[in-house]
Amino acid sequence: MRNQIKTMCLGMLSLTGLVLAQIAVAQGNDIKRTPSGHPDLSGTYDVSTLTPMTRPREFGDKMFLTNDEAAVIAARALERDIERNRASDPNRTAPPQGGDGSTGASGNVGGYNTFWTDAGTSAFQIDGNWRTSIIIDPPDGQFPPVTDERRAARREALGAGEAAPVREGGANDGTAYWLDAGLDAPGPYDNPEQRPFAERCLLSFSSTGGPPMMPALYNNHKRIVQSEDTVIIQIEMVHEARIVRMNAEHDPAHITKWLGDSIGWWEDDTLVVETTNFRDTPAYSQGSANMKVTERFRMESGDKLIYTFTVDDPTVWSAPFTGEYAWPRSPNKVFEYACHEANYALEGIMKGARMLEAEFRGEAPEGVPNPTR
Amino acid sequence: MQASVGKFTLILALSSALSLAASPLTAQDIPRLANGRPDFSGIWQTLNEANYDLEPHIARHSLQMREGPINPVPAIPTLRMGAVAAVPGSMGVIVGGGGIPYTPEARALKEEYMANWSESDPEVRCYLPGVPRATYMPMPFQIVQSENDFFIAYQYAGAVRDIYLDNPGPSQVDSWMGWSVGSWEGDTLVVDVTGLAEGTWFDRAGSHHSYELHVVERYTMIGPNHIEYTATIEDPQVLTEPFTIKMPIYRRIEENARLMDFRCVEFVEELIYGEARRHPLPRNID
Repeated sequence: MRNQIKTMCLGMLSLTGLVLAQIAVAQGNDIKRTPSGHPDLSGTYDVSTLTPMTRPREFGDKMFLTNDEAAVIAARALERDIERNRASDPNRTAPPQGGDGSTGASGNVGGYNTFWTDAGTSAFQIDGNWRTSIIIDPPDGQFPPVTDERRAARREALGAGEAAPVREGGANDGTAYWLDAGLDAPGPYDNPEQRPFAERCLLSFSSTGGPPMMPALYNNHKRIVQSEDTVIIQIEMVHEARIVRMNAEHDPAHITKWLGDSIGWWEDDTLVVETTNFRDTPAYSQGSANMKVTERFRMESGDKLIYTFTVDDPTVWSAPFTGEYAWPRSPNKVFEYACHEANYALEGIMKGARMLEAEFRGEAPEGVPNPTR
Repeated sequence: MQASVGKFTLILALSSALSLAASPLTAQDIPRLANGRPDFSGIWQTLNEANYDLEPHIARHSLQMREGPINPVPAIPTLRMGAVAAVPGSMGVIVGGGGIPYTPEARALKEEYMANWSESDPEVRCYLPGVPRATYMPMPFQIVQSENDFFIAYQYAGAVRDIYLDNPGPSQVDSWMGWSVGSWEGDTLVVDVTGLAEGTWFDRAGSHHSYELHVVERYTMIGPNHIEYTATIEDPQVLTEPFTIKMPIYRRIEENARLMDFRCVEFVEELIYGEARRHPLPRNID
């Protein structure tokens, strides 16, 4: 049965791929324009994609997928979703304490299952070609090498124990393992400021707000509203509104912002947005305060925006890199992502760590006893 | 009439060509989009005491008070803030000059909230402000408008509202900032807001509502730099009748007016999670 579905999907998808390619060529002239003549980018886009940021090694220097390869990628994802969405066995036993060993957001005990994820149903296509990776420059689809300074700094941080101690494999085994190094040893849950921005509801994970704005496991909607002097890009995850000031100058360098300071201008039919003035912790977490991101927005057709970005951060990378991917229009509306208002998890994470530490020290932890022990 | 306007403009142009070029509108003119609709685009802010208390009130010692030997005095949570936490007086923003028409039970709950303000006002915890409170938070907001879109970004807590001009039907589920459907009545934008979750307040004086809150806002430009704003508030669970608030909204005319970051989630972490640190900082002053 599953093989039948797979064959059917493969057939359907390769057909769809061919049809889409033809439509993309035919649709060049249906781009809406504003009263002043610029392309009208306003609307809602779903940027989810199965194409990864960096190119899988199997594709080498190949920038494009064949229709068949794209169809296989989509069919595999569909097959995986069908498999994971099967009804649970009502007579199943409880999973083992500490999880069943599976990893990732949909793995282990209490993780999100596939119902909650929405990472796309196909690779993306630009100008009729399926892409193997988002990064297009360097031409091998990989990040340029990090600078010697950055590599040395990372090594030093690891050597000094500044990086959060993590159990091998990342598994949470339900103990205060960080106290193995001594009862006073620092741990990753000592302070809320040590937790990731997404856990604290300060920013989304996966740089959905960026810049550069990247696709994520779910909540992939972007909403653009455009006036003559301002472009707003609303990002679904954690209700960000990037405000792009058109034909303006950057603010003074010491006015740093969580999402940077964005100014924009038109180059023919392409909206160019340049962002600087990052804090030392940009949403694109690999970058530094010295990052400059240049984004380009162009409509390939009335229904598809092409988003291109160049990241230039000489502190981190030995050369700039450029990526691009497609933003198809979506009929959806962006629902409010109110994160902090119900962030019971962070309090639970902090207090849970205090209980585990007490348990490690052989003290009776305060609060509700762990029912699994 | 047309001729006299033309003559007036000509005189202005001759006497002050430079300033006319910089500001081509007369006091009565309002900016408009190509399709003729008023153009509300820009950075705006209210200038009043509504966020302290919608109702008419004289100045008070503090946002939170307790009984003193002679008269009420600041409560412990706001004591050290002194005059910074005092409440300025106001004639109120409620049309007709009265108070909020709460039921007796809802009035009692408001007073209880007010007495425990620091523990119960969602603003203290940096929660999304809801509608209409977002309008009169003491920070700017920015409207970006085109023929088909009307979007409001608020500085406080980075709140956002997409005002749907294509009427997508009723709200599907409640949210902090609600579900806003806009329509034009002449030059007035009327925004019907439903789907408002009950966790928000109207002010720092404990003015609460239920999930049955329904707000109808009206935005009218009364000059190039002024909006007349009204919000009619219905809530059959806590009000005996609807009431309307009214206030001007002012354009932030400074050239460098901006929405700045006010990501206050970070600022309340010590308040909310500080006790759960491995080594908590002192929580009491004495």
